[in-house]
Amino acid sequence: MAKTNTSSEAKTKDVLARHGVTAKIALELMQEMLLYRRFEEKAEESYAIGKIGGFCHLHIGQEAGAAGVIKVLQPEDYAISAYRSHTQAIAKGISPKAVMAELYGRVGGVSGGKGGSMHVFGRDARFFGGHGIVGGQIPLATGIGWKIKYSGENLVCVCFMGDATVNQGGFHECLNMAAVWELPVIYVVENNEYGMGTAFDRVSKAEISTRSVPFDIPASSVNGQDVLSTFEHFHNLTEEVRGGGGPRLVELRTYRFRGHSMSDPVSGTYRSTEEVERHKEESDPIAILRDQLFAEDVLDRDTLQEMDATAKTIAAEAADFADASPMPEPDALYENVWAETNAHGRLFFDGQRT
Amino acid sequence: MATMTYRDALNEALREEMDRDPDVFLMGEEVAEYDGAYKVSKGLLDVFGDQRVVDAPISELGFAGLGVGAAMAGLRPVIEFMTFNFAYLALDQIINNASKLCYMSGGQFKVPITFRGPNGPALQLGAQHSQACETYFLHAPGCKVVTPATPADAKGLLKASIRDDDPVAFMEGELLYNFKGEVPEEDDFVIPLGVADLKRVGSDVSIITHGKMVHVALQAADKLESEGIEAEVLDLRSIRPLDVDAILETVQKTNRVVYLEDSWPYAGAGAQVVSIIQEEAFDHLDAPVLRVTQADVPMPYAKNLEALAKPSVERVVGSCKKVLYR
Ligand SMILES: Cc1ncc(C[n+]2csc(CCOP(=O)(O)OP(=O)(O)O)c2C)c(N)n1
Ligand SMILES: [Mg+2]
Repeated sequence: MAKTNTSSEAKTKDVLARHGVTAKIALELMQEMLLYRRFEEKAEESYAIGKIGGFCHLHIGQEAGAAGVIKVLQPEDYAISAYRSHTQAIAKGISPKAVMAELYGRVGGVSGGKGGSMHVFGRDARFFGGHGIVGGQIPLATGIGWKIKYSGENLVCVCFMGDATVNQGGFHECLNMAAVWELPVIYVVENNEYGMGTAFDRVSKAEISTRSVPFDIPASSVNGQDVLSTFEHFHNLTEEVRGGGGPRLVELRTYRFRGHSMSDPVSGTYRSTEEVERHKEESDPIAILRDQLFAEDVLDRDTLQEMDATAKTIAAEAADFADASPMPEPDALYENVWAETNAHGRLFFDGQRT
Repeated sequence: MATMTYRDALNEALREEMDRDPDVFLMGEEVAEYDGAYKVSKGLLDVFGDQRVVDAPISELGFAGLGVGAAMAGLRPVIEFMTFNFAYLALDQIINNASKLCYMSGGQFKVPITFRGPNGPALQLGAQHSQACETYFLHAPGCKVVTPATPADAKGLLKASIRDDDPVAFMEGELLYNFKGEVPEEDDFVIPLGVADLKRVGSDVSIITHGKMVHVALQAADKLESEGIEAEVLDLRSIRPLDVDAILETVQKTNRVVYLEDSWPYAGAGAQVVSIIQEEAFDHLDAPVLRVTQADVPMPYAKNLEALAKPSVERVVGSCKKVLYR
């Protein structure tokens, strides 16, 4: 965490009032972001010792997006995302233990270990995944929006995606449909400036917030490192969408502090170490909120330390739970391929299972 | 002979073909400045420039189709998919356009394009990132499918694929990039498509396979040898065009066959080969042909389930013994 915060806003009093955030909510946001940070660090540690395998994408540096956006949602509202979604899943109400156990590939995981880090799902929490194909979640979000409208529910669906995702054709197709049918979907682009090793503007012409112009969908852009701004922005916007205002596109300006995935370098030819360090110094969402709350006198160092200890404990307990959870039974291999068996035809064809 | 990795062999093939023909260009995600997600295109940007080594946005349908159009108009594109899992987004362009244009236009258009990238189950990458995709491309008349298993095959077959006047899905083994082998040093080393390669000679049972599974077959053959069974390993190398003569020859020799592949069993390459064998060599069989495949489920993430889902040396050995009634 950076020691100082250069944003002048933090030094001004009344930052909470200006954002319409109560001290209670602000402290909750702090506790949540601390948890996401410590959870991801724990996952990083577990990956390093081989407890987690495959691809593992961390949200470190981008926690304000998970905390600030999902905080404004009702429990029945929907959220869906890509593969960088452990924190969002927790924010939406899935227990850190069940998320970590999924990363470990254990029975106690949300999907009994079948999904893994990129595929965290929680039907009850209304977290609809965890998707590994860039842009694959966007049509699903649009379908969830369709369902909400179809059933006359007073709900919204938040669809997270990365900046590089807006160049997928499905994004444009879905924005058009959401606009035509006035679906209650908030498309949230977490713009961390890069898709893997490619800077956004090397392969993109139009800015993200212009991408919804052809569809008449209002777009906005918010500082995604400032959780209070993010919360305020989404608080208002979500109620507009819930009230029948149709879809929205929001750009969250953010930055990833780690490599694209655990197997990619933090910096290299595509971005310099200095650039990463500068962002960590200047735009760490936890440090920004900390300074704001210190200035407001609603938080002191001791309390912050206690909160951090709580976060660390939850993360450690999640890892312990995951570690103690057994591997799936071999029989699980053939379960859940279909929702139902069929009384007439044969489903499996590999000679091991008929 | 030079010893090199599969990755370097592919890199050499790209270099040589780009050198040879100015109409060849490479486009895909991260292929230029990042040297490719698996570093296959390392250094090519420096040699050929950003007109010919092009970083694409994450728009698989778009850039695959761009390649098809450019090929119709006379270029010879090499389109890299970061992995073949992402080629599903481009299937419309590959199946409905690239594979049918020659036919639909009564032969007026040829589509000399190579779609290449890593394919096949990897390690704990889960259901969407760990699968063998060849069946989708095999199924469509008009598309050729190439699956090299060794550095030499990777080089010789990629050169042939780029020169081929039809669309080719050139499917590299995601776990083979660091695999080392001998590659002939001759000036223009090209392996024609449609020629299988006997990777091991044996007389008791034939393991027919393609791609990365060739290595599993060879390990199984070693194991069988220690038990006094001589297995022959036939690597198809390309599954369309298919070297039917080589298949029939090995069947006639051993009279017992196991097909090994790491894609799903239903309607896969193995199913096609078995069908050909029973149609054309029925009288030569001493046992039903068995297949060892990826389990008929999406790939699970959990380590132990993943191991159960993948074809293993043990399963191949077991199937070989079964067709030998041992
Ligand atoms: C269709 C598809 N193409 C390529 C990939 C490989 N890939 C995974 S993440 C990624 C970059 C995505 O960047 P962005 O949308 O900005 O999200 P971020 O990772 O920055 O959160 C790429 C190219 C993929 N998973 N799916
Ligand atoms: Mg990004």
